[in-house]
Amino acid sequence: MTAEQYLLCIAGMGLVTYIPRWLPLLWLSGREIPPLFVRWLSLVPAGILSALVAPSLVLDQATGRFCLMRPEFLAALPTLAFAWWSRSLGGTVIVGMLLYSLAGRLC
Amino acid sequence: MDAHDRATLLSGLSAAVPIWIGYAAVGVPFGVLAAQAGLGTFQIALMSLVVFAGSSQFIAVSLLSSGAPVLPIVITTFFVNLRHLLMSSSLALHLRGLSRWRLSLFAAEITDETFAVNLTRFRGASWDENKAGIVNHTAHLAWIISSMAGGLLGGVIPHGALGIDYALTAMFLALLVLQTTSPLIALVALCSGALAVLISLALPGNWNVILATVFSATAGLVIQDLWPGLSKDSRVAP
Repeated sequence: MTAEQYLLCIAGMGLVTYIPRWLPLLWLSGREIPPLFVRWLSLVPAGILSALVAPSLVLDQATGRFCLMRPEFLAALPTLAFAWWSRSLGGTVIVGMLLYSLAGRLC
Repeated sequence: MDAHDRATLLSGLSAAVPIWIGYAAVGVPFGVLAAQAGLGTFQIALMSLVVFAGSSQFIAVSLLSSGAPVLPIVITTFFVNLRHLLMSSSLALHLRGLSRWRLSLFAAEITDETFAVNLTRFRGASWDENKAGIVNHTAHLAWIISSMAGGLLGGVIPHGALGIDYALTAMFLALLVLQTTSPLIALVALCSGALAVLISLALPGNWNVILATVFSATAGLVIQDLWPGLSKDSRVAP
């Protein structure tokens, strides 16, 4: 790929990434949203967070296979418990990192 | 800068710290891979500036190094990043009354991480678009800088020191817990996580987040109508 093609590639990637970020924000923030859709949207964030994180906990990155004896999953359980107990974002990140490096030594 | 501005700046910055750590952990390896694929530091920085979406940038770089042409890379990027549609819709509820220009700037900064932090904060009290903007722009800056650092330093930086690879995962776990304010939301989260795993096992591509979320939130609506008691806020009042 030449330097010009690379610029074209980045411009294309930027455009197709921007449009789904931009349209709903512009479209929805300026008008009345039906209450049913608001209720639906209120359930979406927890769904997204869980769907983003769950596969990274239990699926092996290299092979794509399901496995629970992974440091990612083993560290997740006490990390979740700590988050529940502390309600602290920063604290949970630090404790999670520590637990992960511990779990990495056990596995 | 008056006291109010300083308070806004401080709370924005402190909310962004976990994202900076996580982006350093992901951005540096991205820069290393991009440099190995033959990209210069300026080219790497440009991609991180214009695209600002981690997983699609990794995929693009691996496609680049296998000699793929422009169009397949752009199409793949579109599908990998389509999930932002749902995030943007959820954020729209909290960004009413902003000018088109500010909305357009905000839109450029919606990533999994800025979405997760901002939406959780918007649901609590005392969060506004200025604090969100500080999270957004400093996160973007951290992403650009760490990917450039990866490109410049190559393999010099030790990989995975101090469990840093887990920073974003731990952040998502914490935000998930903070989001879970009712049994219904816990149910939606459990359902969505399990579905996302099953879909990634069954289907190639990156459909798992969108499909799992749309299905679980819709099922949640039905359950909410059947058992309204499940959506009561379960947190103990302070």
